[in-house]
Amino acid sequence: MKKISVPQKNHWLARFQRSTHYGDIPWSALIIIASFLVLALVIAIGWMLWQQSADTRAQFGWSFILPTSNSVWDPLKGVYQSWTFIYGTLITSLFAIIFAIPISVGIAVFLAELCPEPLRLPLGWMIELLAAIPSVVYGLWGIFVFLPNVVVPVGQGLAAAFGQIPLLNTFFIGPIPLSGSSRLAAAMILTIMIVPTITAISRDVLLAIPNTQREAAMGMGSTRWEMIWQVLLPYGLSGILGAIILGLGRALGETMAVTMVIGNSLEATNSLLKPGSTMASLLANQFKEAVSQLHTDAMIEIGLTLFVITLILNLIARFLVWQVARRTPQEARA
Amino acid sequence: METNIAVSNNLTQNNESTHKMELKNFSVFYGKFRALTEINLTVLPNKITAIIGPSGCGKSTLLRSFNRMNDLTASARMDGEILLDGENINASGVDVVDVRRRVGMVFQRPNPFPKSIYDNVAFGPRLYGVNRKSDLDEIVEKSLHQSALWDEVKDKLHQSGLSLSGGQQQRLCIARALAVEPEVILMDEPASALDPISTLRIEELMHDLVKDYTIIIVTHNMQQAARVSDYTAMMMIDDQRAGRMIEFNETNVIFTNPKDKRTEDYVTGRFG
Amino acid sequence: MTTTRFQELIAKNEVAHARRRRITNAVMLTITGLLTLLALVPLFWIVGYVIYRGGSTLNLDFFTQLARPLGMAGGGVLFSIEGTAVLTVLSCLFAIPPGVLAAFYVARNPNTPLGVALRFGTDVLAGVPSIVMGLFIYTLIVVPEKHYSAWAGGLALAILMLPVIIRTTEEMLKLVPHTMREASLGLGAPEWKTSLSVMFPAALNGIITGFLLAIARSVGETAPLLFTALGNEQYDLGTIVRGGIQSHQSLFAIIGRIINQPVDSLPLTLWKYAQQPYPERINQSWGVALVLMIFVLLIEIIARLYVESRKRALQG
Repeated sequence: MKKISVPQKNHWLARFQRSTHYGDIPWSALIIIASFLVLALVIAIGWMLWQQSADTRAQFGWSFILPTSNSVWDPLKGVYQSWTFIYGTLITSLFAIIFAIPISVGIAVFLAELCPEPLRLPLGWMIELLAAIPSVVYGLWGIFVFLPNVVVPVGQGLAAAFGQIPLLNTFFIGPIPLSGSSRLAAAMILTIMIVPTITAISRDVLLAIPNTQREAAMGMGSTRWEMIWQVLLPYGLSGILGAIILGLGRALGETMAVTMVIGNSLEATNSLLKPGSTMASLLANQFKEAVSQLHTDAMIEIGLTLFVITLILNLIARFLVWQVARRTPQEARA
Repeated sequence: METNIAVSNNLTQNNESTHKMELKNFSVFYGKFRALTEINLTVLPNKITAIIGPSGCGKSTLLRSFNRMNDLTASARMDGEILLDGENINASGVDVVDVRRRVGMVFQRPNPFPKSIYDNVAFGPRLYGVNRKSDLDEIVEKSLHQSALWDEVKDKLHQSGLSLSGGQQQRLCIARALAVEPEVILMDEPASALDPISTLRIEELMHDLVKDYTIIIVTHNMQQAARVSDYTAMMMIDDQRAGRMIEFNETNVIFTNPKDKRTEDYVTGRFG
Repeated sequence: MTTTRFQELIAKNEVAHARRRRITNAVMLTITGLLTLLALVPLFWIVGYVIYRGGSTLNLDFFTQLARPLGMAGGGVLFSIEGTAVLTVLSCLFAIPPGVLAAFYVARNPNTPLGVALRFGTDVLAGVPSIVMGLFIYTLIVVPEKHYSAWAGGLALAILMLPVIIRTTEEMLKLVPHTMREASLGLGAPEWKTSLSVMFPAALNGIITGFLLAIARSVGETAPLLFTALGNEQYDLGTIVRGGIQSHQSLFAIIGRIINQPVDSLPLTLWKYAQQPYPERINQSWGVALVLMIFVLLIEIIARLYVESRKRALQG
């Protein structure tokens, strides 16, 4: 075996190499500590909210978040049930998602499958820029432009169309306030805000589908639409579902724009056309003016609920997107 | 009737009514780049025509011209004629969907849809409006019989097509193509991703299918071309880097007595 | 040629069916194009209207004056611009070091348990509603400190920026060619030196782009500031610094005064002004909206252009 020449123990080069290599341990320690710090942060958020809401959890238990027909939120009497706000959050996000799904998937299909190559990037960017506009700017534009010009006519139309039909009139009983401030306004603003999220991910899902699938469909004599509807969308379904769930997560937690247009009413009505509150808008409005420690705790428990919901949604979305990623290489290997 | 066709270097002069498909001075361009130059080629019915040549010589481009799959490439442009039963398939007013039903395609890699075996085969008939269960059952069974897959999958028609082995997947893709009863089947190196036994099964299958269909196959496997095909077209890249057909003849002539020196070099493995 | 069962089946209504398929195809494809146009309507509507309304209120006073008492015309939002600057600097200080270091870890060790957990944690963090960040910092900082402050706000924004910074930095580090890293390690340079003097500089421009995107994201955020930075229309950096110098305070004391009191920020001001029934306040909120929007969109566009060109350059 050939001998490797080793520098003398106290040779300057050896000393230098040793001294610099020692840097590896602090460096690794540093990046590992930073990583743990980020993880600790996630856990700390959950932990602090859990801790601080101990009193309300003890006092009201599940009745705090469970659906009731007449939920009470009375800081003066010290009774807190948050179903009104949970309902507000759910109904606005639900309708936002219903509006956003066809729009986003349609745009994603256009961008991934039909758009001429040179237009794909700029058009995609323009859609995504919608997500960059600050939420307060949406709110301001909403109050003064969107509500009177779009939401009010749409709301009146919905009230006229569905307001008399049994069952449906639970959601569409009118009239919508003249200012337009309503859950419908919140749902429509949310739609605009989550379309970029769903579109961007769905487009990437479609672009990741192997070309062999397109060729197989076209080779059978499909029209382009048949290829998209019967092959590509089913293929990417779970990824697109993931995108929708991420969009839903964004809608649930959106605060400022919703607070500015929803009317912030505590009235317990089910109609989409009436003012309401969401969990986030309640926090934005009441948290600073809390009248008692219990009031504060109750709102922290609302924050905890929001945190848990978004955590679960993220888990589901990640799982779905991961499934697509897992299937694609398998198919290619076959 | 096929046996008395005089074989020459220019088969296009033969009686047109016996031609299933025919290329006349056919060229393909990608933007300014000429990918195929003035191909003249005749495809006879119920025969297997092989297209061979070194990689990059435009074999696949040529094959994909027969059912206008090149339309999917935005920059592709065609010149000359492709006739199917004497009609130019690139003419305006021709429904590309109909062309692709009459000229089916099997791809290099098995590409079943992530649906059940049944739904894979029923995909084509459904497109054409066949929706009744009994009709579909009949078509699915017949197609799977034709592709020699029925016995292996008849008990698991509702499992995913992706659960099959590679060779079975490819036969599923053939069944899927057969389900709409095409007249011509294009095969783009259909066995290149398969093991030898699966390859053999596909070749046997082609022998059976050619009784009812016309088959055009692209392959870079010389032995395969020699084994399965009746006619062979030899392609090469010319000095402008465009694909050109340099010889077309009965397969045994190409392999035993080629007219062109380059063909001889290629089929005997002396090429490149 | 005998007709088969399939040909019989499709012959029945072949022409009508083919026509229906063609029409469905054309209609549906057109709809997707129209939907794309539909989504662009709010973009141009918002941008156009904010420029129209905001443009008429912007003047030099707007940027250089403090708020005037209600009912008095004029005045500006200098307090808010200063607050935004302070919050941005603080949030960068809090978010960048751990973010970049964690990105180094996850770029090198994507498949270790810590790496997987970190990626997941980053995703969760990106999905947590920003108002919840505000609540968290409120319970963590504001309650024990017993007062709202700029640095609490900066922390809340930092949590928001972390996922953006970690992701872009990780992506940019991965774009650095392997050969570069190996060349450095091969020459005997230790890991930490390779990371800091080879990888980091090579990816630096991209990483800075990530910072910019993170800033663009946080500058427009209001919800996390509501119960952390609170808002403060009397905030004036000039007075604080001048007063500090005149009374011979130490640098730390001055910085302490800057960051240890409530501050406003542009979106916070916009929100408060928009709810007030005074036309001049509402006009000013449009001005704030314009400043905010231009700032955010410009950063976003520049950063995207840069990332795209870099990806192209590296992918050949």
